[in-house]
Amino acid sequence: MNRVSVVGFAQSDCVRNTHGTTNGVEMLVPILAEAFERTGLSKEDIGFWCSGSSDYLAGRAFSFISAVDAIGAFPPINESHVEMDAAWALYEAWVKILTGEADTALVYGFGKSSAGTLRRVLSLQTDPYTVAPLWPDSVSIAALQARLGLESGRWSEKDMAEVAARSLADARGNPKAQRSGDHSVAELLDGPLTADPLRAHDIAPITDGAAVVILAAEDRARDIVPTPAVITGIEHRVDSPVLGARDLTRSPSTESAGAAVGIGEVDVAELHAPFTHQELILREALGLGDGVRISPSGGVLAGNPMFAAGLARIGEAAQRVMTGDAGRALAHATSGPALQQNLVAVLEAQA
Amino acid sequence: MKQRAAVLGTGQTHHATKRHDVSMAGMLREAIDRAMTDAQVGWDDIDAVVVGKAPDLFEGVMMPELYLADALGATGKPLLRVHTAGSVGGSTSIVAASLAQAGVHRRVLTVAFEKQSESNAMWALSIPIPFNMPVGAGAGGYFAPHVRSYIRRSGAPEVVGAMVAAKDRRNGALNPYAHLQQADITVEKVQASQMLWDPIRYDETCPSSDGACAMVIGDEASGDAATDGVAWIHATSMRTEPTTFAGRDQVNPQAGRDAAAQLWRDAGITDPLSEVDAAEIYVPFSWFEPMWLENLGFTDEGQGWKLTESGETALGGKLPVNPSGGVLSSNPIGASGMLRMSEAAKQVMGKAGDYQVDAARTALGHAYGGGSQYFALWLVGADKPE
Amino acid sequence: MSTEAPPLSEPLEIQFDYTRSLGPVLGRFMTGLAERRIEGVVGSDGRVHVPPVEYDPATAAPLRDFVEVGQEGTVLTWSWCADPVAGQPIQRPFAWVMVRLDGADTAMLHAVDVTSPEEMHTGMRVRVRWADEPVGHIRDIAYFLPVDAPDDNPPTSPAPPRTEHDGIMVTPIAASYQHTVSPEESRYLRALGEGKLIGQRCPRCEKVYLPPRGACPTDGVPTTTEVELPDTGIVTTFCIVNVPFLGQQITPPYVVAYILLDGADIAFLHLVRGCEADQVRMGMRVRAQWRPREEWQTSMRNIAHFEPTGEPDAPYESFAHHL
Repeated sequence: MNRVSVVGFAQSDCVRNTHGTTNGVEMLVPILAEAFERTGLSKEDIGFWCSGSSDYLAGRAFSFISAVDAIGAFPPINESHVEMDAAWALYEAWVKILTGEADTALVYGFGKSSAGTLRRVLSLQTDPYTVAPLWPDSVSIAALQARLGLESGRWSEKDMAEVAARSLADARGNPKAQRSGDHSVAELLDGPLTADPLRAHDIAPITDGAAVVILAAEDRARDIVPTPAVITGIEHRVDSPVLGARDLTRSPSTESAGAAVGIGEVDVAELHAPFTHQELILREALGLGDGVRISPSGGVLAGNPMFAAGLARIGEAAQRVMTGDAGRALAHATSGPALQQNLVAVLEAQA
Repeated sequence: MKQRAAVLGTGQTHHATKRHDVSMAGMLREAIDRAMTDAQVGWDDIDAVVVGKAPDLFEGVMMPELYLADALGATGKPLLRVHTAGSVGGSTSIVAASLAQAGVHRRVLTVAFEKQSESNAMWALSIPIPFNMPVGAGAGGYFAPHVRSYIRRSGAPEVVGAMVAAKDRRNGALNPYAHLQQADITVEKVQASQMLWDPIRYDETCPSSDGACAMVIGDEASGDAATDGVAWIHATSMRTEPTTFAGRDQVNPQAGRDAAAQLWRDAGITDPLSEVDAAEIYVPFSWFEPMWLENLGFTDEGQGWKLTESGETALGGKLPVNPSGGVLSSNPIGASGMLRMSEAAKQVMGKAGDYQVDAARTALGHAYGGGSQYFALWLVGADKPE
Repeated sequence: MSTEAPPLSEPLEIQFDYTRSLGPVLGRFMTGLAERRIEGVVGSDGRVHVPPVEYDPATAAPLRDFVEVGQEGTVLTWSWCADPVAGQPIQRPFAWVMVRLDGADTAMLHAVDVTSPEEMHTGMRVRVRWADEPVGHIRDIAYFLPVDAPDDNPPTSPAPPRTEHDGIMVTPIAASYQHTVSPEESRYLRALGEGKLIGQRCPRCEKVYLPPRGACPTDGVPTTTEVELPDTGIVTTFCIVNVPFLGQQITPPYVVAYILLDGADIAFLHLVRGCEADQVRMGMRVRAQWRPREEWQTSMRNIAHFEPTGEPDAPYESFAHHL
C-alpha cells in the first residue's frame, strides 16, 4: 500500500472571540496562504480538498458552503466535507490518496465556538429523546465523568492539576495559544470549583480558530518538503452514546484505535483532551508512559477551536516530525460527549 | 492504485411525508436491515459505517450519527459522517466506496437519511439572517430563477417540465417504496397544478419525505463471492464550485460538466447516450432533467429537452431517466442522493422489479446540492471493470 | 483604513418545536411516564437499560423486552451546575447525576434539586419528582429529590411541552447566536446606512462584487478597491413566489429577482414591485425604491424593492453570461 505524508500545517491564532464570520473565511484565507507558502504549492496543485465544520456551531444550515470561497474554488475542485472535527476530514483525504485518485490533498477545519453558547449547543449531540431535552451541557457531562475517576481512585485532583500546569507552561512556547502561564499545582488546586469537581483549569477554553494540513502521497512528498511526516497508521472508532451504559473512566474506542494503529515507541503525543481528566484516560488507553512528551503545544487546554482542534493535533505532531524534534509522534482527536469518538494517528520522519 | 469495489446490497424505507411510526433509529434500521439482507451479511461482516445527511437543523440533532452509533451497529467500529448539502447521499456513497477502493476495509455499511417531519425544511432553509433581505423561499425559490434562465436559453417548450413530472410520477407508481404513487397522473394534470415558484408548478416539485437508504459496499473479493448479483463500481467523481461568483453559469455549472467529464473518461465511456442503459439523476424540480442531461454530456447544450420531449427518457426509451420515480417521487433530502446511487445499482443487479430497464448493464447515479454547486456521480455496471 | 470600526454583528435566534415520532420502544417508555411509571428494556446481555435503548449497545439487536423499575435510585456520580443554561431541568444551581433506578442496571442522566453541593454525595438515594401534569415526555420526570427531602420549595422547572398526539414528542429547541458579517460586508452595510451602494473590486480578477467579499470566490483573496454603484440595473432572471411557508416575512405573491446593478459583475436577489408580477421580464431595467431615510439601517432592507424604470429592456446577449 502506498503511504501518505503530512507536508504542511498552518493554524490561526486561538482566540476567545474572532471578529470573523461563522463561515470561517477570514480565519482560513491567511492560513491557506501560509500553508501554500511553506510547501511551495498552489491551489492548482491540490488534487482533493476536504473540510470539517458544524452547522450547529454556526447556527445555520449549510454554513460550510461559503468556506470554499476562501479557496477560490474555480475552476471547480474535487472536494468533500464532514460534519465532524476536521481530523476525520483528514482521514477521508488519506483514503482518497490511497485510492490513487489524488496525490495531494488539503484538509481544513474551522469553528467559531463563540457564536453561540458552546456548552449548551453541544448538548444537542446527546440522545434527542431521553437526554437532549434536558440540555445537559458539555461541561457538566465531563464533570460527571471526572468524579467517577476521582472517587474510584483512578486519578486525583492533583493529577488533573498537573495536566493543566504542564499544558499552560508548554503553551508559553506556542504563539497561537489562547491561554498560557506559569502555575504551580498547589496554586491551581487553590482555585474554586467551577463545575464541581472541575476547576477552571480543568476545562478547555472556548476558542475560535481554524487549521490547515496538506497531505501528499509518499512518493510525491519529498519533492515538497525535506522531511515529510509519513502517516504510518490512522484509525478511528466510536463508543456507545449511552452514557449510563459505558464505563466513562475508560475509552475503549481510543484503546482499539490505538491497538489497530500499532503505536510502538513514540517521542511525542498530541492529545485532544478538552478536560484534564480526559488526558489521563487517553494516556492510559494509549499506553503512553512517562517517557512520552504529552502535547508540547499546550494541547487544547491552551486553545480548543471546535472542529479544527483535532486536525491541529495532527498538524502539531507532524510539525514535530518535520522539524526533527520527534522521530515518531502520535496524534489523537476526539468528538462527542465524554470522549465518545476517537481517532489515533502515528507519524514518523519519512526515510 | 484504486481497487475494484462493488455494491453488494441495497435497502430503503417506504418513504412518506411523516413516518410517525418510527424513531430516527428505527427508520434507519429499516433501510439498513434490508440492505444487509440483500447483501447477505451480518454485523460481524461490516468493518465501518459511513453516514450522510443534510443539515442537522432539519432534525434538531447535532451530529446525529453520534447518538445513532448503537443502532447503526457502529459501536467499536469506524464511523464517518459526510455532509455536502443535497449531494450528500451521493458523496456518502462515494466515500464508502473509497474505503474499499483504497484497500482499507472489506465491507462498509453506508446509510443516508432525512426525517423531514421532525421539523420543516422550508423553515430551516429560510431562517432570516441579519442584514439580509428575507427573500429566501426554500429550495424552490432558489432554483426557479435558474429554471427560467434555462427555458430562455434553450427555447424549450413549456410542456417539457410537465412531461418530466408525469413520467417520473408514473415511474414512481411502479416502485413500492416511492412516496408518491400517482399512476394516473397526466401531462395536462401537471400543467393544471398551482404555480408555486413561477415557472415551477406544484406537480413539478419534489415532495417532502421521511426516509432512509442504505448500501453494503464491498471489495473485489466480496464482490466475487456474492452469488446474487452485484453492481461493480466503474468510476466515481465529485466536484465543487462556489455558490456565486461573477460570470458563474448557474444553468449548466462547470463543476457538473467537469465531474461528468472525469466520470466518462475514467469509465472509458466515449458516447454516454449510447453506452449508458439507465440513469438515476437528481431531479427535484422537473426542469432539471433536461438541464442535467446537457450538463452530464448526454446531449449538446440546449438539446436536453429534445431527448425528454421525444420520450427517450421514459422506460423503454433510449435512456430511461429515473425509472424508480426519482426525487420527484420521493425526497428524503439526505437520502435522495444515495437513492440515486442505489437505484442505479439495482438496475445493473437486475433487482429493480417493475421498473427494471431491460438488459441494463451500465447505469449512472447522480446527485447535486447547494446552489447547483456540489456534484457526486458514479457509474456502475453488471460486469467487473477491466 | 486603520481606524476601522469592528464588523457589524447582530443576534440570530433559531427556534423550532421539533416533532419527534417515537416508535415502539421509546413510545412505550414515554407513555409509561405519562402514567408515572418507568419502564426499562432488557439488553442482549440481560442488563436492564433505563431509559430504554432501541438497539443493544453491544450487539445492535432490536430490544423489545420491557420491565418496570422503581422510582427511587442511587447516585453513581454527580456534578454541580452553578450556572444553569436555558432549558435545563432546574433553573437555579443544581446537581447533575447519573442515577441507577432500583431494578435497573444502567444509569440515567438527570438533575437533583438540592441547594448546595454539600448536600450531594455519591451513593445517596434519590426519588423522582414528577411534573405536575405529565404528558408522555422525558420532562415528565421534572427532576429528582433526595429520597427523604421535603418537596416544599420547588424550583423553577420547565414544564413538559404540549403533545400533539400519542407517539409524538414535542421538543422545543431554541438557541441564540451572534451573527457577524465580514469586514468587507460591514463597509458595504454601513454605506447602505447612508444610502450608498458600495461594491468592491477583486484585486486579481478585477470583477466588481456587491456585496463585497471576505474572499473573492474564484481567487480566494479579499475584495479591495471600493466602487460606488448606482441604484439602477437590470433583472437578469427571477421567480414569482406564490407559496406561503412557515417563517415567511413577505406576503405572497411576490417577485424575487436577480438584480445586476449597472457596473457590477454579479447579481443579487431582491424584490421587484411596481408592476404586475406577470409583467416582470428578463432584462427589464429597474431602479431601487428606498425606504424613508429615517428607517435606514445597516441593511439591504433599506431598499424596499426595485421598480421598473420604463427604459427599454437590455438585450439578452448583454446579460446572458450572468445567468
